[in-house]
Amino acid sequence: MNSTHHHHLPRAALALLAAAVLAGCASTPLEDTKAPVESRSAGAAGGAGAGGASSGTSQSKVTPVDLAKTDNAMMSNLPRIVFFDFDSYVVKDEFRSTVEANAKVLSADAKKKVTIEGHTDERGGREYNLALGQKRAEAVAKSLALLGATNAQMEAVSFGKERPAVQGSDEAAYAKNRRAELVYR
Amino acid sequence: MKRRTVLQLAALPASLGLFGTAQAQFRVEISGVGATQLPIAVPRFRDEEKAPQPVSAIIRADLERSGFFRPIDANGVALDETARPVMADWRGRSADALAAGSVQRLADGRFDVRFKLWDVVKGSEIGGQASAVDAADLRLAAHRIADYIYEKLTGDKGVFSTRIAYVTRGGGRYTLRVADADGEGGQVALNSPEPIISPAWSPDGRELAYVSFESQKAVVYAQEVMSGKRRPIANFRGSNSAPAWSPDGSTLAATLSREGGSQLFLMDRNGGNVRRLTSSQAIDTEPVFEYPDGKRIYFVSDRGGGPQVYRIATGGGNVERISFGGSYNISPAVSPDGRTLAYIARQGNSFKLHTLDLSSPGSQPVPLTDTTDDESPSFSPNGKLIIYATRAGGRDVLMTTTLDGKIKARLVSTTADVREPNWSPYGR
Repeated sequence: MNSTHHHHLPRAALALLAAAVLAGCASTPLEDTKAPVESRSAGAAGGAGAGGASSGTSQSKVTPVDLAKTDNAMMSNLPRIVFFDFDSYVVKDEFRSTVEANAKVLSADAKKKVTIEGHTDERGGREYNLALGQKRAEAVAKSLALLGATNAQMEAVSFGKERPAVQGSDEAAYAKNRRAELVYR
Repeated sequence: MKRRTVLQLAALPASLGLFGTAQAQFRVEISGVGATQLPIAVPRFRDEEKAPQPVSAIIRADLERSGFFRPIDANGVALDETARPVMADWRGRSADALAAGSVQRLADGRFDVRFKLWDVVKGSEIGGQASAVDAADLRLAAHRIADYIYEKLTGDKGVFSTRIAYVTRGGGRYTLRVADADGEGGQVALNSPEPIISPAWSPDGRELAYVSFESQKAVVYAQEVMSGKRRPIANFRGSNSAPAWSPDGSTLAATLSREGGSQLFLMDRNGGNVRRLTSSQAIDTEPVFEYPDGKRIYFVSDRGGGPQVYRIATGGGNVERISFGGSYNISPAVSPDGRTLAYIARQGNSFKLHTLDLSSPGSQPVPLTDTTDDESPSFSPNGKLIIYATRAGGRDVLMTTTLDGKIKARLVSTTADVREPNWSPYGR
């Protein structure tokens, strides 16, 4: 067995090969097995269904594409705002799913980077609010890190009260402005 | 160091005029009455109507805003620096002092501005000056005359020829501006589609440090006012904000989140040699150096729960709490002599400018305003006035107040919302 040919094989065939390799491992001497082959093949076996045209495929084959499963759709459906209570930096339970969904995206792709922008309502000083917003952004970053996102993927920043989501000086407006937004770069 | 109280000021002229007609105001809205105001007449300067700036009106407004002077009506009086005024007439008008002058256009396009100041009570000449200035510096020439009059009659240095920096917001843009201390003659220093906050003058008056969000996060810049040349000072991971200059201009303090949380750091004036000053689990921000020696830094921390003003030696060490009344005290500013702290205190839903006497332990905070959205206090370089932002008539405006809160003036008349004032040092 030589691993250099595997790049050119269709995934289904690769999966079969992987099974054969795994089956053969027990009886094959150690020096003959190539460890990387096993892990790559096992991964490919899990992601079936995206086969390309190559020899041995029927000319009538149609490969379905489900937009709901593409990266773009997943990103566009991703909830990106976490709201906070007055004077609080606690990520509330109702935003657990928001954090989880974003952590999933980040841990699935180490190249994905996100800026977490903290915001406050309009009450109080600009600099102190900037620090409060920073605290909110960092709280969300910590929650994401606990679920597998890395620090290299995230930057927590703050706009304080400088960029409200909505105008207004009532509690309804304040509640919408006390938030952290996840912005993918 | 000259220090003259209101009582001493009252003793300076032999008699104080008790009343007089208020001079027409030059776009200055004054409220309140000072304890003691010296009545002064500043008639229209000869030929000032041929100059692009109303020189005598600028002088009168400056003196009035200071809280120490009450301009006396001198309408229709023709007088210049060469005159020999009849002092009995001016005493009859209840004036204790008189200034008269002229504005003459020179062949090279500049203006020759001359004036003389008299003590009406004593009937003697105090002094005078002459200077030739560019048309663009006519306002500055008027402010310098007001400074001369102020210093001669109160014993304190005037601040009328200093400047203020502030930020306006309008039409979806943020603009950092530099204006005369009366809020007039504003010029654009920086124009941005993103917020600009916390401008801070360098002690030599040549540079402004500020926080710009132009790169979608808070970054500290410094900009030479005259050349427009700018450079990033702190652009670390996370937020960089609240710049403050040391009195010698060699060091900046700022709030950085690069190590997690908002903490105080010191750095060289070009952003190098960054070292951490505070180490807390809380928010530490809004550092200001104590003048005149810069040995300590006042800042805001919520390490005790709500935000309060604290103090730490610039070399680090123990942290000392300074503000006690109330649960929310922010935005400290220290007077140039280090004796008075100005800050914003929240009371219920209102935010009010307060002062605290730092020189006598246990002294109580003094509220200075009737407004409810005060922000960003900054002392004039002579320590006699505080400029601050507030809300009046549904708009963000700038106000100045005397330290006793008795004389307030509303500055800057633009259509944009105005905020984040910072008073320049002497010199430019």
